[in-house]
Amino acid sequence: MEDSRRQFLKIAGVAALGMGTARAIDVVAASEGHGAQPHVRKGDDALTAKQWGMVIDTAKLDHERIERMIKACHSTHNVPNISAEKVGEKVAKRHEIKWIWETHFHNAFPGLGSNYMSEEVEERPFLVLCNHCEEPPCTQACPTQATFKRADGIVMMDYHRCIGCRFCMAACPYGSRSFNLRDPRPFIEKTNPEFPTRTKGVVEKCNFCAERLAVGQMPACVEASDGAVVFGDLGDPHSEIREVLREYYTIRRKISLGTNPAVYYII
Amino acid sequence: MNDKGKIIAGIIIFFVIATFPFWFNMFLEKGPAPELVLTPQAKAAEKCVRETEFMTANHMQLLNEWRNSVVRNAERIYVNAEGKEFNMSLSNTCLDCHSNKAEFCDRCHQYASIEPYCWDCHIDNPKETK
Repeated sequence: MEDSRRQFLKIAGVAALGMGTARAIDVVAASEGHGAQPHVRKGDDALTAKQWGMVIDTAKLDHERIERMIKACHSTHNVPNISAEKVGEKVAKRHEIKWIWETHFHNAFPGLGSNYMSEEVEERPFLVLCNHCEEPPCTQACPTQATFKRADGIVMMDYHRCIGCRFCMAACPYGSRSFNLRDPRPFIEKTNPEFPTRTKGVVEKCNFCAERLAVGQMPACVEASDGAVVFGDLGDPHSEIREVLREYYTIRRKISLGTNPAVYYII
Repeated sequence: MNDKGKIIAGIIIFFVIATFPFWFNMFLEKGPAPELVLTPQAKAAEKCVRETEFMTANHMQLLNEWRNSVVRNAERIYVNAEGKEFNMSLSNTCLDCHSNKAEFCDRCHQYASIEPYCWDCHIDNPKETK
């Protein structure tokens, strides 16, 4: 037949149109009726920022207060204490999990110490944690986007997505990340039922207390610091933290690497 | 050359073996669906965050969405079609109401022969440990 091809194309065209219409009707039908659709939103008390940041006044911190802050953090987040008594010194060192810890000036700020520096500063304890960098190298190394930078500046971990490759640990210049080489649960002294534990095979680190900020609370370490730590929005020029940064001279860890850390230290 | 019979027999045997799981399941005596026990708290609430049928079939997808929303977008409140609000937290909301893991979660998961690893991290019953 001469017009069979023409006929075929006509039918195919009408059929395609028909299928398209069915889709469109489905979409319209789904969007109306049934009252309101389920949706999600931020809590009413949630604190928000462009870039959360922290200023640590190192002169106000001594071993005791630092100990208190570490305890506040680690007990809130179910961070295991894999102690030398339980597993031996060698294993304890390798398996250690830490979100926030104490270190010396030379470890915190390599390359900054002079030959003849103030003895008081040299012996002062320094509190270090994840810097929640503005340009985090860990998130670029992660192959699954298990670690990523959130809109409020927090470098978060999605433990569900972590495959335990530890690229992020190699990428982080601050040693802020720990790997769960074993099940952490037997090493948690008192479990906080409101926060999940981690499992063997994932990397973990400080989350700037994202779960506390979501309900309007300051991070646990800030609360336990008795005013030695100021926490706030670095993106807001009128915030308390920016006020403090204007007033005091501060340093950050390894800024030559270009990571732009959000944790500042007053010396 | 007349292997027609052998070839057809071979094809039939292959077909039977390849589809074995399907027809085996079809004739297999299935046990009755497990009976789920609701805690008094869950009973009093009458309705979960969505309809029971939706929750039974899709709770895993819902939890996935919740996790992405909470962890990635910092949006922690779920508002359902009735306008009721929930804190999106497996540990603090779901398992607070369904605090009987053995009689609720496990029964069905065992029946369906799956082993979800939620509880490797999420603490199963906040009330007991409190």
